[in-house]
Amino acid sequence: MEEGRRAVNILQTERLTKYFGDTHAVDHVDFTVTEGEVLALIGSNGAGKTTLVNLVSGLIPADSGKILFQGTDITSASIHKKIELGIARSFQLVNLFDRLTALDNVALAIFSRDGKTRKLLSLAESDPAVRDEAQGIMQSFGLASKAAMVAGGLSQGERKLLDVAVAYALRPRLLFLDEPTSGVSTREKAPIMDIITSIVRSGRITAVIIEHDMDVVFTYCPRIVAMHQGAILADGTPDEIRRNEQVTANLLGTQSHA
Amino acid sequence: MSPLAGPPRRVIAWAIPLVIALAVLPFAAPPYQTVLLSYGLVFAIAALGFNLLLGYTGLLSFGHSAYFGVGAYAVAFVVKYLKLESMEAFLLAGVLASAFVAALFGVLCVRYTKIFFGILTLALSQVLWSLAFKFFWVTGGTDGLRVPTPTLLGGTVKMTAAGGQDKLGFLSHRYYYYVLAVFVICVAVMWVIVHSPFGKALQAIRDNETRAEFVGVQVWHYRWVAFLISGIYTGLAGALWVPLNGLTTPDILYWQFSGKIVFFTVLGGFQTFFGPIIGAVIYNYLETYAVGHTVYWQMVLGVVLVVLVLALPAGIVGTAMRLMPRWRRAAAP
Repeated sequence: MEEGRRAVNILQTERLTKYFGDTHAVDHVDFTVTEGEVLALIGSNGAGKTTLVNLVSGLIPADSGKILFQGTDITSASIHKKIELGIARSFQLVNLFDRLTALDNVALAIFSRDGKTRKLLSLAESDPAVRDEAQGIMQSFGLASKAAMVAGGLSQGERKLLDVAVAYALRPRLLFLDEPTSGVSTREKAPIMDIITSIVRSGRITAVIIEHDMDVVFTYCPRIVAMHQGAILADGTPDEIRRNEQVTANLLGTQSHA
Repeated sequence: MSPLAGPPRRVIAWAIPLVIALAVLPFAAPPYQTVLLSYGLVFAIAALGFNLLLGYTGLLSFGHSAYFGVGAYAVAFVVKYLKLESMEAFLLAGVLASAFVAALFGVLCVRYTKIFFGILTLALSQVLWSLAFKFFWVTGGTDGLRVPTPTLLGGTVKMTAAGGQDKLGFLSHRYYYYVLAVFVICVAVMWVIVHSPFGKALQAIRDNETRAEFVGVQVWHYRWVAFLISGIYTGLAGALWVPLNGLTTPDILYWQFSGKIVFFTVLGGFQTFFGPIIGAVIYNYLETYAVGHTVYWQMVLGVVLVVLVLALPAGIVGTAMRLMPRWRRAAAP
């Protein structure tokens, strides 16, 4: 499947920089993501992974540098514009609409994507296309039985999945997943990652996954980018990363992986 | 299931008998009671509008007297300057004027949330109050402006001495039905709005503003539209209220009246669709009877509010909805 595909950069940052006072959260980072890949962004706490994703997704503005998405400069584009272009994200601390049902969380993303949230004189439930698509997404994320529950009442693992499902419902081209398995028991991690990676691959979505658990990263991500103190330390396959001495010294040494 | 949602069929099943009961009321109750309920229904429309912001968008306005007052004064100006007495002209004027003011104030307010939003709405409403208070040559100052009994439905329904009707008779029958019809339409339209994709987007903003932005909902824009609709509902209520009261004074623009609208909504329960309606009607009875029975009526209301917040934070309807499954289980053999 992978043969014959040209390696095209879907995302490219050029000397992207963000300082918080004296902290160089993201420091002149050149980061590229190739279309169709599932990439892991690793690094210790404070390495700048989440800040990098926040910059690209538009949550915070960059101090300097450039962000190119499919060749277009989106450095100062609004969040809304970036979503329109096909950039979506999930959040490290689950960000859901807690008093809406799980199904409505996903349905809202679909309504928004299709420009239907402007409709104020028709019932949301009377749109079968949106309802069916939302139910389909719930099904593929293994959440069908939880559809009618309010999002605030789901378990942590279910909430993590729903968070990704909401981002997925926007039909993104590039999806950032900020620690999709944090706060979840070790036993639940593999099923969650299996669901996410299979959906991402079958939807031909490019995914950037921030992850702390090295077992997860080495199992699911063919390319790994390691960050340290706001800069990229290494970039390569799981084997290359494992063998990289700088990564071992700065990152893997502190991990308790087997 | 979210307490704000609910299958429409079940709601319609008990809404229809209720509307029928309301429709036969003028034949069963003395005129005074019907007029009293008219006030309650008018306040309910205002509370319904207010709760689109509080319950559905998560914004607590302390300045909704502004839109109620603008609706009322717009009617008074239509009488004073255009010499019109048609209720439809009154409603149109109330809606247009409150829409204009809400659109303007909304632009300023919706960029803020929480206490900043509350204080800003309060301050802006006080500006209108002081204008009504000081510009007495236009607004009549503290004397206010009189509004005569209107003609209804394009002048076809009037108060006629020949028909044996005095003002109370008109207000307790024809005008009551007019208010009831507008009320039912307002409730139905608001029901659709809060269950529409737009309504879902507002609830999403209420629950999680950042995430709403990240599913592509332009938060300020949606808040502004909610603010506008909320203001129009409250302005419409103000326009319906003036003929009942016969007079509009700056009191209706004062912050205390904004507080009453908050009270209606908290009393009924802001996390339910029908809470503000029930709250407004009950508050109206409560205040009327408290005023009639004691000079310390404000203390009575104060005690009610304290007890309410401590014992029934979900309000009357919210608490009833929570207890209902328990009652059903108890009733089942």
